[in-house]
Amino acid sequence: MEVLTKEKAKLERGGVDFDKGSGGLGGEGGGSPEGALPIHTGEIGLWALLATITMLFAGFTSAYVVRRASSDWQPIAVPSLLWFNTALLLSSSVTLEVARSFLKRWRLEALKGWLVVTALLGMAFIAGQLLAWRQLAAQGVYLPTSPHSSFFFVLTGVHAVHLLGGVLALCYALVQAWRFHYTPVHHDPLALCATYWHFVDGLWIYLFLMLFVW
Amino acid sequence: MEEKATVKSGRSGEGLFLALLIWLMVIVTTALFFKRAWWLPTLASDRGGIDGLFFAILIVTGIAFVVVQAMLGYFLWRFSDRSVARAAYWHESRPLEITWTLGTTVILSILILVGLRLWTRVFSAPPDDALPVEVTGQQFEWTSRYPGKDGAFGRTDPKLFSPDNRLGLDEQDPASKDDIVLVNQLYLPVDRPARVRLRSKDMLHSFFLPNFRVKQDTVPGMTVENWFVPTKEGDYEIACAELCGLGHYKMRGLLHVLSQEGFEKWLAEQGP
Amino acid sequence: MAKVHEPHVAHAPQSFIRRYIFSTDHKVIGIQYYVTAMLTGVVAGILAMLVRLNLAWPAHEWPLLGKLFPVGMEFGVMKPEFYISLFTMHGTLMVFFVLSLAPVSGFGNFLIPLQIGARDMAYPFLNALSYWTVLPGVIIMLSSFFAEGGAAAAGWTSYAPLSAVQEAIPGSGMGQTLWIIGMVFFIASFTMGGLNFVTTIINLRTKGMSMRRLPLTVWALFLVAILGLLAFPALTAAAVMLLFDRHFGTSFFLPAGMYVGDKLLAHQGGTPLLWQHLFWFLGHPEVYILMLPAMGFTSDIIATFSRRPIFSYPVMVLSMVAIGGLSFVVWGHHMFLSGMSPYLGMAFTVTTLVIAIPSAVKTFNWLATLWRAKIEFTAPMLFALGIVSLFVTGGLSGIFLGSAAADIPLHDTYFVVAHFHFIMAGASLFGVFAATYYWFPKMFGRMMNSKLGKLHFWLTFVAYYSTFFPMHYLGIGGMMRRIYDPTVYQYLAPMQPVNVFITLSAFVLGAAQLLFLFNFFWSVYKGKKAEQNPWNANTLEWTAASPPPHGNWEGPLPTVHRWPYDYSVPDVSDDYIPQSVSPAEVQARKKG
Ligand code: HEA
Ligand code: HEA
Ligand code: CUA
Ligand SMILES: [Cu+2]
Repeated sequence: MEVLTKEKAKLERGGVDFDKGSGGLGGEGGGSPEGALPIHTGEIGLWALLATITMLFAGFTSAYVVRRASSDWQPIAVPSLLWFNTALLLSSSVTLEVARSFLKRWRLEALKGWLVVTALLGMAFIAGQLLAWRQLAAQGVYLPTSPHSSFFFVLTGVHAVHLLGGVLALCYALVQAWRFHYTPVHHDPLALCATYWHFVDGLWIYLFLMLFVW
Repeated sequence: MEEKATVKSGRSGEGLFLALLIWLMVIVTTALFFKRAWWLPTLASDRGGIDGLFFAILIVTGIAFVVVQAMLGYFLWRFSDRSVARAAYWHESRPLEITWTLGTTVILSILILVGLRLWTRVFSAPPDDALPVEVTGQQFEWTSRYPGKDGAFGRTDPKLFSPDNRLGLDEQDPASKDDIVLVNQLYLPVDRPARVRLRSKDMLHSFFLPNFRVKQDTVPGMTVENWFVPTKEGDYEIACAELCGLGHYKMRGLLHVLSQEGFEKWLAEQGP
Repeated sequence: MAKVHEPHVAHAPQSFIRRYIFSTDHKVIGIQYYVTAMLTGVVAGILAMLVRLNLAWPAHEWPLLGKLFPVGMEFGVMKPEFYISLFTMHGTLMVFFVLSLAPVSGFGNFLIPLQIGARDMAYPFLNALSYWTVLPGVIIMLSSFFAEGGAAAAGWTSYAPLSAVQEAIPGSGMGQTLWIIGMVFFIASFTMGGLNFVTTIINLRTKGMSMRRLPLTVWALFLVAILGLLAFPALTAAAVMLLFDRHFGTSFFLPAGMYVGDKLLAHQGGTPLLWQHLFWFLGHPEVYILMLPAMGFTSDIIATFSRRPIFSYPVMVLSMVAIGGLSFVVWGHHMFLSGMSPYLGMAFTVTTLVIAIPSAVKTFNWLATLWRAKIEFTAPMLFALGIVSLFVTGGLSGIFLGSAAADIPLHDTYFVVAHFHFIMAGASLFGVFAATYYWFPKMFGRMMNSKLGKLHFWLTFVAYYSTFFPMHYLGIGGMMRRIYDPTVYQYLAPMQPVNVFITLSAFVLGAAQLLFLFNFFWSVYKGKKAEQNPWNANTLEWTAASPPPHGNWEGPLPTVHRWPYDYSVPDVSDDYIPQSVSPAEVQARKKG
């Protein structure tokens, strides 16, 4: 294990300095970015991506708000499975953090184990959503049945696609862990992955509240 | 640069040419506007305010257009002098910037206020004595309906739509008995406010009366109201201004503005 | 263990395929985008010619064209549905696949790393992926013409229900589906590009290249990337819902009681206005996505050829930020008469006219840049000046439309068509031309023929005004847009000669573009070899070789010491000081 100094780590992560230009990749890591904001390239890209996804769901939300205001709005009942799924997803965020804490303590085996658990929880959530769809269908509630059901199916579907992306990202982080690509200071892919995962997790809570509680 | 430039003198012909082009364009377009070679279709309603607003904006933007384009042309001509040794190194002037920012802000604020006053008038509540009519758009016809003697529109139901019952009138409803339904024809009395209920059976259409400064989309699932006062007798065209399919271009109706008596007479003839 | 980030672009790939086809080099990708946009532009331009042909001589018989388009023009007479497909595809291709792709994805990719002093974009692979996403998008979009029922036919705005109900119009079948899929590819690609732009500009600037020293082109592209990231998702959401409405029986945009083709549809309780809100929430920022790069190019080109610093750089940046921000709150001005609440109409009138203020400020700053200049009339400069003229003409007609009450007679007439062809088609297209003439030497290492370029400008500029200015008169006279045959209406028939005039002048306009195409391809192979800095300009790309090698600079990256507009600084012998020149060097160059 290589011990990295803080400065070195900062350099490696690239840096921005709005006034002095940056010592990022384009700058070949050259120059010492005095007072540079230590933002990694990946981090900026990720936050921009999250902004985009937020706008996507903002678009859906505005549609939902408009539609809900009509007099013929008839809500469907919460499929009971959703509570369970929500619990699964929430716990996956916890397990991901557990995994990351093991990295800090430099216990790679535990890290990998918990990452696998997280990914499995994510997959279980998606499977659970599919079951919830079946549950509704069994009650005679289909995609075109009512506006609320349409929104339910479309929004859960779009969310599941984003979660699937998260699972892929987790797999990538896992492979990196397998290949010993992390050090306690250098683990950006994992950090990015975690940010995304928590975001998609939070997104689900938001959708759940919007669809059934509000 | 310095060593390449075989020191030329005098103005660049290209600068002058572009300047002349821009000036010519300004002169031709302004002349056409002044000649009123083309203008809004003859006005036949009480919405003359819109023409006034249009004219006001035309004056303001017209001046801005002429001044800015002429200035652009002038600069091109004036500063194309190749014998000048060097351009000026000057890139800031607070007073100038404040002037033109404030200037446009003031002009635009006035335009906003004038425009909004008119807009609220156009969309104000219709007068009580307004004549109710309904116009329904469908691919590619306008169906108009008058409530008849009882003054009430009969109930309609999409389930009853058929080629014979184009509005889906419910025969059970007594109010529907005396409703008058016409295709592509609309009759209105002069000088009496008309209150038009706009609906659509299928696509978006737009009820467009060029001579009346009336335009309003008809939206399936919605009823939108518009009111105006016809002020000139005659026959006018109704157009569709929203793409609604193949026949969008020929979704044409006729609006007949009759004298008050003429209208009463016509209405009486329609009864069953 | 720790991987220190190497400049991972040091070695150029050797094989032809890796180098020119599946390249991750931002310059190659930029050119790929550019050429794709250009070829699409030719198609879209031809569609415009067909539109004009029919408007001048509606339903006339053209036996020869009948052979070319056996379905759309059976027996040589254009069918109304074919006409609708023509302008729908013309608008869509031009807005998204020509004038978003060429300036943003094309020049953006080519210029950003070169102008900020980076070796490549932040995510080269993502960059390549974004190109290989948009290409299928173009192909899918174009294949719409060969679908059963013809290409999409609901306008470039694809308003529901026309776009949602398959029976509504022939093009609403497979053609519309392909339109939606094509758009989704486009959005995916544009999003990847946007992520790349934002990250690159924030993180990869070379030493000394502070945000306050970015060329205005880069500022424009930065803002455009942000606009794209925030605006396009609304269309994605709308497209998903539209697909569901079309194929899975949902009713997001379709109300109850629609009666189409003698049949009552089963849909329940959606609202068509929702589509319009979502579309224009994207659509309005999108038109500024087309405009901002042109504004950036103009600013840089005018400064270079005026040999003057751009007037009021901070305000130029701020006004672009203001335009970008405001563009999110004006979308309703497309919907004044849509049945939306009149109160909303009032709010949108205010925001719409407010957005004219930063636009006016920009215009005046350009004029002030020309003041006491020493103008060189090169082809790029002529086009840049053309932009200013067209922008003013088009922008001022926007003031009429922005005032809700004045919009009543003008909405959906040729006045609107005139407005957006001046400001969007005109100014942005001229922006692409200006940029092409300006950066061609850097892209291909050769100069374009300047005589031909100037001739191209004169013809295009004159033909532009004579094609599109008379459309204002048509619009004021009440001629609706999107109509196949204006002579159906008595009140429009007298104006038909104007339509003929416009068409003839549009043909001249179209023909003039052949000059450009010829000049372009000829110069790629036969043009005069370009020097490193043929225009004596200040920005960093001119310190790289023409064309720049893989990795852009042979040696270390340049360090930036000043803003990009040090033209005609007093007491210095040269009339320009490139950004990479240090104060010490300037001292040395001082006269006397
Ligand atoms: C590049 C694209 C672009 C740009 C920059 C603009 C800029 C503006 N647009 Fe335009 N617009 C379109 C592209 C664009 N538009 C398109 C494509 C459509 C039609 C879509 C469709 O339906 O298919 C459209 C339609 C459209 C409408 C809807 C019309 C209708 O359907 O009825 C409106 C209404 O408000 C409008 C307004 C404006 C305004 C106020 C500006 C302003 O930003 C303009 C500001 C600029 C100036 C004002 C000129 C410079 C200023 C001066 C010289 C100073 C002096 C000025 C004064 C004192 C007033 N536009
Ligand atoms: C932004 C781009 C753009 C451009 C450049 C143009 C260019 C032209 N447009 Fe169009 N147009 C639209 C966008 C554009 N248009 C839109 C959005 C609509 C609305 C559609 C709708 O209603 O749904 C429309 C609609 C429209 C109509 C109205 C149709 C109707 O309502 O019935 C007409 C009618 O005359 C018309 C004509 C023309 C003409 C004659 C040109 C000429 O300028 C064309 C001449 C040809 C060229 C100028 C080719 C240029 C390009 C190249 C050669 C490639 C260069 C590219 C690179 C260098 C990368 N256009
Ligand atoms: Cu009805 Cu167009
Ligand atoms: Cu707009």
